[in-house]
Amino acid sequence: MSQSDTQRACSSSSRVNPDAWQAVCSQEDLVRNSGVVVWLDGAQVALFYLPAAEGKTLYAVDNHDPQSGANVIGRGLIGSIKGDLVVASPLYKQHFRLEDGSCLEYPQQRLRVWPVRLNAGQVEVAVA
Amino acid sequence: MNSNVATLNKMQTLIVIGNGMVGHHCVEQLIERGALEHYRLHVFSEEPMRAYDRVHLSEYFSGRDAESLALSDASLYQTPGVTLHLGVPVLEIDRVRRQVVTSQGCVTYDKLVLATGSYPFVPPIEGAEGESRLVYRTLEDLDAIRAAAVNARRGVVVGGGLLGLEAANALKSLGLEAHVVEFAPRLMPVQLDDLGGQALKAQIERLGVGVHLSRATQSISAGEQYRYRMNFANDEFLETDLIVFSAGIRAQDALARLCALEIGPRGGVVIDDTCLSCDPNIYAIGECASWNGSLFGLVAPGYQMARSVAARLCNEVAEPFTGADMSTKLKLLGVDVGSIGDAHGNTPGARSYQFIDETSASYRRLVVDASGKHVLGAVLVGDNSYYDTLLQYMQNGIALPAEPASLILPSTEGAPSLGPGALPESATVCSCHNVTKGSICSAIDGGCTDLGQLKSQTKACTGCGGCAGLLKQVFEHELIARGVSVDKSLCEHFAYTRQELYALVRVEGIITFDELLAKHGRGHTGCDVCKPAVGSILASCWNQPIMDTSLVPLQDTNDTFMANMQKNGTYSVVPRIPGGEITADKLIAIGVVAKKYDLYTKITGGQRIDLFGAQLHQLPDIWAELIAAGFETGHAYGKSTRTVKSCVGSTWCRYGVQDSVQMALTLEDRYKGLRSPHKLKFAVSGCTRECAEAQSKDVGVIATEKGWNLYVCGNGGMRPRHAELFATDLDDSTLIRYIDRFLMFYIRTADKLQRTSVWRESLEGGLDYLKDVVIHDSLGLGFELESQMQLVVNRYECEWANALKDPEKLKRFRTFVNDQRPDPDIHFVQERGQRRPIMAAELHLIPVIEEIA
Repeated sequence: MSQSDTQRACSSSSRVNPDAWQAVCSQEDLVRNSGVVVWLDGAQVALFYLPAAEGKTLYAVDNHDPQSGANVIGRGLIGSIKGDLVVASPLYKQHFRLEDGSCLEYPQQRLRVWPVRLNAGQVEVAVA
Repeated sequence: MNSNVATLNKMQTLIVIGNGMVGHHCVEQLIERGALEHYRLHVFSEEPMRAYDRVHLSEYFSGRDAESLALSDASLYQTPGVTLHLGVPVLEIDRVRRQVVTSQGCVTYDKLVLATGSYPFVPPIEGAEGESRLVYRTLEDLDAIRAAAVNARRGVVVGGGLLGLEAANALKSLGLEAHVVEFAPRLMPVQLDDLGGQALKAQIERLGVGVHLSRATQSISAGEQYRYRMNFANDEFLETDLIVFSAGIRAQDALARLCALEIGPRGGVVIDDTCLSCDPNIYAIGECASWNGSLFGLVAPGYQMARSVAARLCNEVAEPFTGADMSTKLKLLGVDVGSIGDAHGNTPGARSYQFIDETSASYRRLVVDASGKHVLGAVLVGDNSYYDTLLQYMQNGIALPAEPASLILPSTEGAPSLGPGALPESATVCSCHNVTKGSICSAIDGGCTDLGQLKSQTKACTGCGGCAGLLKQVFEHELIARGVSVDKSLCEHFAYTRQELYALVRVEGIITFDELLAKHGRGHTGCDVCKPAVGSILASCWNQPIMDTSLVPLQDTNDTFMANMQKNGTYSVVPRIPGGEITADKLIAIGVVAKKYDLYTKITGGQRIDLFGAQLHQLPDIWAELIAAGFETGHAYGKSTRTVKSCVGSTWCRYGVQDSVQMALTLEDRYKGLRSPHKLKFAVSGCTRECAEAQSKDVGVIATEKGWNLYVCGNGGMRPRHAELFATDLDDSTLIRYIDRFLMFYIRTADKLQRTSVWRESLEGGLDYLKDVVIHDSLGLGFELESQMQLVVNRYECEWANALKDPEKLKRFRTFVNDQRPDPDIHFVQERGQRRPIMAAELHLIPVIEEIA
């Protein structure tokens, strides 16, 4: 991993309490331009890794799909719609913004998001 | 309070008798025009079902159910102030008391609209009863025909008119050998002239329907080979198992006769130009009305009357009814038939141009006036593409071109065509709902830029649907004229259609999404529309393993994990069972895997076995075991070749004429792994009994004594479509060559997620064009298409075997990358000896784990 990658992934997480970061997996576990899921003390967190993206390269959102009730968001397809990076739920194809978890089609659906960063080859999620 | 009472007292009662297409249209028009402010509306219908589409009745036998034929949502008749009395026949009209009498009581009316329609005329023939006296008008009639057809081989329709031929089509779609018996010396005597009738007869006979002209049935007796024998003059006869009468209609005017309304010379309630009967409170519309001595048996004039009456009852300015254009365009038994205006050239001084093509049994006649400047009428058999233009010439009195014959000659370059731009604003585009080009333009000016929206806004094309082509042309022409480009982009990342992207990938040899996006797209990411579409194009062209690093992020959910995701996030697994042939050992192997992983097991429609309930992390283990037992992936998750279904064929079956299983294996082995715009299903039947149901598949093969018949572009599912016969008596290698070309041509030219059936219907030039390309190689593409297919075949590799060899590719098959546990939220319950996903309502059965925030 390059130095600049670390900085970019971290940049927006700068206000997080330094004690809150928790390592969840290694960078090797990520799949480029796609998602994987980690278990985090009972929560299921989907990690999306976009190494070529201009802004943030790593996103952490809830794996639970509010529409189907199944834990499948991490297996959704990544895309950009009108400038927003989104994931499409694999079952009913509604789109969630990776940045804040909001849903493009149904405002009442929203995914929880976590601050996430790459740190020395490890993926770290901030747990409030 | 007082004013309320006054309003209530002012409310009058309006009764509509009959809920057919015309009665229903009248109700719709009344509600739309605000009639409920003045009237309480009661609608009485003898039939138990609300108004349905009689024009498309024969589709009831090819899969449409009663509800989808209904003309409106049930909610229309739940509008406050409207009461629909279904299955309540009116017994009598008491004009003195102004009451209608039903078995459930009397209702007093202020105004009454008769829309009782017509009934089929059955000539009095000795021996006609029960299944030798069926008719074709209502859904109930169709149910009776269907019941009679159960053990029947042959069916006869008496009457070779428009409805008779529709009925023959219905018998054919029930699998019967169909015959038509007509009293007149030609088919459709009202709409067609002699030569037109001959052309239609030739075309219909080619479809296997028997046509018997100038035959009057004198009696019906017991048959020898079949149930009944129809006896004609000169000791001629025809045997059959059932008989449907469609020898014309009669106005349903019994109620009117009973209450002594004036009746026309050929039946029907006599009406004036305002559709009023001789009683100033009673109107009559549709087929039960007689205007100027004529009955109108088409839907468009009925709608015209309904609109006129609705407007009058709402105190609007109503257009008088002054007769109707009986021009009509139909597809009867799949044959185009059109009749416009004075088709017989009866107008004094009329002259005709005729075009006859005996090879294809096409016929066209153009009737012009004495001056040679205006169209009076036309007859079309075999090709209705001329209809819209000719109708516009006639309806709008457009001056004919210098060579009027060019209007009916086969289209060659330079033939004048009347583009949508040439139509005047007043030109009627949709005659059912009287929508002019002008009203379409004003809808577009009002901001309508979507064809669907235009239809619901103007109602154009929602009656008989005959104007669909013209409407689309006018719509697109007007949009372009207003500088609105018709956007055909795939999505915001590619300003190209799928077909254009396919060509770019082919021509430039592009093998990755990133390269295509960089060269021809926008942005860096793509989306869930373009990524799978491009992934599919790349696979169709180059067939590289879909799990390769650059290709993984393109795949849709199911392709990514090479399994089918189910509602609870688990997967189903389908190993390939080519041709549906499987050994006992392999069956046991599947059983062992299913048992070990506790998978729910079900036989699929494609002769395979589907294993449900596997979690993501179990997929590699399951596949390792299946592959060890000799299985390959079944591609059930892909837009790709699924199965080749087969019957046992000549090996076991006493009727089989070819080895259908061997052919199915050959085809499945060749095309497995082929990715395409949508899924592909095949079937091979070993004889004409067609046990493999090949005619419902994208590619269907049916054995003949001499080889194979090839059928293409069939479909089951939501919108069933019979496959069309493409080529006959082919040897093995020609069959495969045609399928190679057909499939690659489809892949090259179809839109994304377009099945072959829909593609075929939108293919300009239709089946003939497709035959030209594939069989006669008219585009000179044959060799190219074959070699493109051969590349895909050569590169085939089982995707699961490929993935299992590569630990990097298996990384994704982990439910949690940092934990071994399965997804704790997936729960099953037992049902019928297997497990199935728990339903939301059953969730209280499992202990709730406290959520950790």
